[in-house]
Amino acid sequence: MRSLFLAAAALSAALAALPASAHEFTAGDLTIGHPYAFATAPGALAGGGFMTITNAGDSPDRLTGIRAGFPKVGLHQTVEKDGVASMEPVEAIEIPAGATVDLRPGGYHVMFMGLEGAPLVAGTMVPATLVFEKAGEVPIEFAVEPRGAAAGGMEGMGHGDGHGGADAASE
Amino acid sequence: MRQTTLILTLAAAGLAAAAGAGYLALRPADPFAPCAGSQVGATIGGPFTLTDETGRTVTDRDVLARPSLVYFGYTFCPDVCPTDSARNAEAADLLEQRGHIVQPVFISVDPGRDTPERLRDFTDFLHPRMVGLTGTPDQVAAASRAYRTFYRKVETGDEFYLIDHSTQTYLMLPGHGFVAFFSRSDSAQDVADRTACFLERA
Repeated sequence: MRSLFLAAAALSAALAALPASAHEFTAGDLTIGHPYAFATAPGALAGGGFMTITNAGDSPDRLTGIRAGFPKVGLHQTVEKDGVASMEPVEAIEIPAGATVDLRPGGYHVMFMGLEGAPLVAGTMVPATLVFEKAGEVPIEFAVEPRGAAAGGMEGMGHGDGHGGADAASE
Repeated sequence: MRQTTLILTLAAAGLAAAAGAGYLALRPADPFAPCAGSQVGATIGGPFTLTDETGRTVTDRDVLARPSLVYFGYTFCPDVCPTDSARNAEAADLLEQRGHIVQPVFISVDPGRDTPERLRDFTDFLHPRMVGLTGTPDQVAAASRAYRTFYRKVETGDEFYLIDHSTQTYLMLPGHGFVAFFSRSDSAQDVADRTACFLERA
């Protein structure tokens, strides 16, 4: 009987550790959906993080910052004009009431800088704290995934575009 | 319309048609004409001297000895450059399945941080055939000018500076030079299909 219990406990623990489709974090009216980052080359100096932020409430909020264990972390937006890409630091990202904002490749993203010697490794989790004007500090974890579907990445898991509601982040 | 005007109009149209036909007949034949977006004749590309990821000095003739997808970027870039480079790597794999060996090339516009070692690390992570190139600021500037690309350092007051840069990928064929470009919105499949068209006629 005891070994059955232990087996069940082990199985539950294993299942809990799997990156489930419900990899999300909530704080008040906000739901942070599947924060992920792409694995970087071993000697990379920087990496990028993405997520969705859904505001189910009646009033807007703003993502004003992020903290993580790297020399420098910030919010950026990739901007493309006439085939030229630039990344602009972003002071805050508006999260309108009833909307989902997408931080995704080609748009808003988190930039982790100064990685040298500590690359983002696929299969690991990177803890961070999001700072919202209203919702306050929200601890989350980025799931580090391999880049590209061919590499067995888990990008298909629900953090594509097309959630309901206004997508205020994309240009 | 009065008859004179009609005759003159028809004569003018006839002359224009003849001139057009004459022009088409005299224009150098483009073997890649059936390939979408053929840029044969455009003056993109040219000599460059850079350093490859093993620290060896190489010229354009060394690097572009085989069909290449050339991209200008920098390794500190967390979003655009790895995405576009991964797209080029995936296109190379799709092309290999069709029997075509194409070499993705990554030319760094960040000589300040992108050493040969860093480029080797970056390219090895993306594709075994991807070649990384760096050089002195002057050498990089010269290569960028030859390809008419744009890049600009954006100071941030620390070592984590950013670089604005153009994001086209250039298809270079030995013996032909520049034949087509791809924008970052093109899928790996599109890049592979269009490249295959050129390779099958080269």
